[in-house]
Amino acid sequence: MTGEARRPPLQLGARLRRALGGQAGWRGFALQVVLVVALAWMAHAIVDNARANLATQKIASGFGFLWSTAGFGVSQALIPYSESDTYLRALFVGLTNTLVVSLVGIVCATIIGFVVGLGRLSPNWLLARIAGAYVELIRNLPLLFQILFWYLAVLSALPSPRQSINLFDSVFLSNRGFGMPKPVGTDALVPFAIAIAVAVIFAVALRAIARRRLFATGRQMIVWPMLVAALIGLPLLAAVMFGAPLTFEYPVLRGFNFSGGLRIVPEFVALAIALSTYSAAFIAEIVRAGVQSVHKGQTEAGASLGLTRGEVLRLIVVPQAMRVILPPLTNQYLNLTKNSSLAVAIGYPDLVSVFAGTTLSQTGQAIEIVAITMAIYLVISLLTSALMSLYGWRMSRSMGT
Amino acid sequence: MSETAYVARTMIAPRSAPVRTTGVLGFIRTRLLNSPTNILLTIACILLLWFTIIPTVRFLLVDAVWQGSDRNACLPETVGRPVGACWPFIQAKLSQFIYGFYPEAERWRVDLTFFIGIVLLLPLLIPRAPAKGINAALFFFVFPIVAFFLLHGGYGGLDIVPTRLWGGMLVTLVVAITGIVASMPIGIALALGRRSSIPLIRFGSIAFIEFWRGVPLITVLFFATYMLPLFLPGNFSVDGLVRVLIGVALFAGAYNAEVIRGGLNAVPRGQAEAANALGLSWWKTTRLVVLPQALRHVIPGLVNSFIALLKDTSLVSIVALFDLLGQLRAAFADPAWSSPTTLFTGFAFTGIIYFVLCFGMSRYSLFVERRLNAHRRS
Repeated sequence: MTGEARRPPLQLGARLRRALGGQAGWRGFALQVVLVVALAWMAHAIVDNARANLATQKIASGFGFLWSTAGFGVSQALIPYSESDTYLRALFVGLTNTLVVSLVGIVCATIIGFVVGLGRLSPNWLLARIAGAYVELIRNLPLLFQILFWYLAVLSALPSPRQSINLFDSVFLSNRGFGMPKPVGTDALVPFAIAIAVAVIFAVALRAIARRRLFATGRQMIVWPMLVAALIGLPLLAAVMFGAPLTFEYPVLRGFNFSGGLRIVPEFVALAIALSTYSAAFIAEIVRAGVQSVHKGQTEAGASLGLTRGEVLRLIVVPQAMRVILPPLTNQYLNLTKNSSLAVAIGYPDLVSVFAGTTLSQTGQAIEIVAITMAIYLVISLLTSALMSLYGWRMSRSMGT
Repeated sequence: MSETAYVARTMIAPRSAPVRTTGVLGFIRTRLLNSPTNILLTIACILLLWFTIIPTVRFLLVDAVWQGSDRNACLPETVGRPVGACWPFIQAKLSQFIYGFYPEAERWRVDLTFFIGIVLLLPLLIPRAPAKGINAALFFFVFPIVAFFLLHGGYGGLDIVPTRLWGGMLVTLVVAITGIVASMPIGIALALGRRSSIPLIRFGSIAFIEFWRGVPLITVLFFATYMLPLFLPGNFSVDGLVRVLIGVALFAGAYNAEVIRGGLNAVPRGQAEAANALGLSWWKTTRLVVLPQALRHVIPGLVNSFIALLKDTSLVSIVALFDLLGQLRAAFADPAWSSPTTLFTGFAFTGIIYFVLCFGMSRYSLFVERRLNAHRRS
């Protein structure tokens, strides 16, 4: 940093300095040493304190508790689970519940989000305003507030199971949750599934052939009649030959609640509604920005080539908008998954509620439990961002930039 | 040449005036009823509004009960008509929603803190107001300290009010403002660290940011409540509210870091290089040249993350702190006020408060954004 001319430094020394301390040189190296020492000291202090605290509070340590009996029930389990199972199994029950509510939320949020986002761009003034009001209202209220609102105010205002709202004697809405027919597979399910798989493979292959022929000869093959025939005909044929693949078990009112059928606990319903409407407001903004990012000239050029409005949207606008939409959209999916942890406030047995809630209060092993919970969410989000950067890399390669 | 091919012998009937496309009628014609699909959409929208706006207005104003002393005032049986919002419930619980269980005799301290906060905040928000630097320093550095001594007490003849008595709006604002103030330096340090050329500092910052951004806030609060006490020396107990504040500050700091990094990346490289060429050290370059420009770029982004933080403060009710939402849930448990509309009334009231705060902030951020970009508009 002084004014006098410097000699060109020795190549070896400069490399070493750069490797050890970046542009800041030896000072950078010293800074790193200080950082490492400070971190090591902190880690040492933390471990020391933790050991002393655990000893005085008589809390066990280690992961052995995962294999001891949990002894608590959960209101919804997708994998077989009973009170005599281990904490590890309870952890998996919580994880599957988290994933299920996230998946349902993601699907619903995407649908609502696209509808609202496109609605905001509608030429219809009233529709655009209503969509805008939806986005502003939902975005400016805390998610926990909305979850509690749906759970405490709306769902508990539904009638009791005896007076439940009844749709076609098969779907029941009550304050104890939703009951619907539960599909039960019969012997004919296997051939039916095989028929669907064959039809899907056929459809994919046919599309690939048609595409190759289009690129090779410039002729378009009309494939949709064959696709429809395969996708509907084959499963139908299987059903006719082997009988119905599914029967339905209907919920029946017994005592004060329903039994049988597929029962969805009200906590799940409240959480799913709140998560999907909340994320939908953010997705709507992403969709709007994505569509607006496609230049108007693209639409006009498509129209002047003689494409219909639908074709312009499908072939020109959406593919270009998707490039802008996808990265923030994935981010929203990730946020939704993380936000599903608010389930703990209403007692839906998700990962946090089962593990960091019940298990933590039973065993008191806060360090292990909070660490495992954080690690699971961290793995989910790191995996997603790794996939996203892979996607971004492929995208930038295919665009030739 | 002079032969005339066609001469009109009859008068052409006057054409009717063109369809109006301006004014109210023209607006309705072009923006609402210009095609069959749009007509259908308009009808659907009007129906939707009819079935949402009117019941809401009826509930909040027309059918509402305005006076009473307990639940009986809000029961349809006693009123003799369908009952809307039960506003006496809010009147009865209002002091809880604002102060929590803060001792009544000491509530002037909370009021005074709110007042100082507003007096310092308002000129900060008005772009024309002078002395931004001193004002910001007062609000971000002096005010939190003054607020702490006022609210907590223990000095100058003020009684100590333990934080477990704090609640309602007070806790919401304390968590939000502390989170905002404390997360800024953390965010700036992490953002600079992530751009540093020193390997370990860069990797450390990346790991720290990605860790806090990768976990949900609720696990951070569990970490702060259950795990943090185990890491501290046994004789060193930290207040429950302070633990949550630490967690919130780290969490918000990681998010702010990414926003600020965007601003740092937006400052052209030449700026730092020019500062270097003038002989400024790295610290001076950052402090005098790069950061001021970067922070200007990210004010809207920071306001957005503050809105998110304000909304996230509601999560502290899960770890047994009574913020506004926590007080609301506590108020629902009061049997003296249980009536069919109590829940909806409570949600309507808190919803309005949250909405006004968050919507106000987002409008303000738009205003600032437009002002900062004024020179770019053509």
